[in-house]
Amino acid sequence: MTGRVALVIVSHSAEVARGTVEMVRQMVGHEVPIAHSGGNPAGGLGTDVASIIAAIKSVWSPAGVAILVDLGGAETNSEMAIEMLPESWRDKVVICNAPIVEGAVMAATEASGGGTLEQVRATAEELAP
Amino acid sequence: MTLDTAMKKRLIAAAAETVFSHAEELSELDRAIGDGDHGLNMKRGFEAVLADADNLAAKPLGEMLKGAGTHLVMTIGGASGPLYGSLLLAMGKAAADQPADIAGVARIFAEGVEAVRKRGKSDAGEKTMLDVLLPVGRRLSAAVPGESDAELAAALCAIADQGLESTRPMRATKGRASFLGDRSVGHLDPGARSSQLLLHAVCDVLVAQQQTEKAGAA
Repeated sequence: MTGRVALVIVSHSAEVARGTVEMVRQMVGHEVPIAHSGGNPAGGLGTDVASIIAAIKSVWSPAGVAILVDLGGAETNSEMAIEMLPESWRDKVVICNAPIVEGAVMAATEASGGGTLEQVRATAEELAP
Repeated sequence: MTLDTAMKKRLIAAAAETVFSHAEELSELDRAIGDGDHGLNMKRGFEAVLADADNLAAKPLGEMLKGAGTHLVMTIGGASGPLYGSLLLAMGKAAADQPADIAGVARIFAEGVEAVRKRGKSDAGEKTMLDVLLPVGRRLSAAVPGESDAELAAALCAIADQGLESTRPMRATKGRASFLGDRSVGHLDPGARSSQLLLHAVCDVLVAQQQTEKAGAA
């Protein structure tokens, strides 16, 4: 395993996605590669499979990628995006069942300390209701 | 019945047309229990499919379904993208070429519905498109020997209508509507409505085609 686990933030809102990244960078720092995807293909509220795939590819790390999502469609579209990745990547990309902002900060904290993909996910999911 | 290029184009056009002409109604239903974008999202998805209709219709059935499914996944932007996309992608995978008989159609459809179930982690009775798709799939698998295609199509449409109506008293436990809890009761599910509309559109084209072929043969 090389490098740190990367994060992808997927929100219905481009501003929420960007804002979450900003919070992570300020609270945890810049060591963790983090990308975001927000809004539907027409620029409105929603999520966009092609944009999620692009976000995953932009931060791809052999250590894995953890995705944080907001509402239902973001999760469904992220699952779809994972299935459309090259086969060898698929089991190294996971969706965390955690609140998007808090989960992202916790996941980034774990990832910046060199945590594995499973540890990153588990740390984020400690916050799950 | 031959599923030639012209016929496939008619199917694509009919599916898109019913989505376009009901887009406002679908969004209205979604405003009651969701986020109000189902009609607009579906319209965007089927615009992409329709724009590629010439190319899609020239492909074998399986490839056409997969191509249409990919357009829906990539352009809808809501949960219905992966759900309808998975339906068509799985049907496309199961349909190498034109099915030989109704049992073949039923198998292809069943694969699609199973993919929707998995993608949505949902099942019957949860106020979703599955409340239309599952009973339609069951009836398709249990086609009565000797019944004409027109009779079967009419039966499937009637079952889709009942399935849609069955979502009205249901309490949503999946998707955005589940946030409403009991307040989701009394509203039709928008995804069930779009599934019922699409099924009607496909059946109408197939029945019309068969009548044309019969008239030509007589």
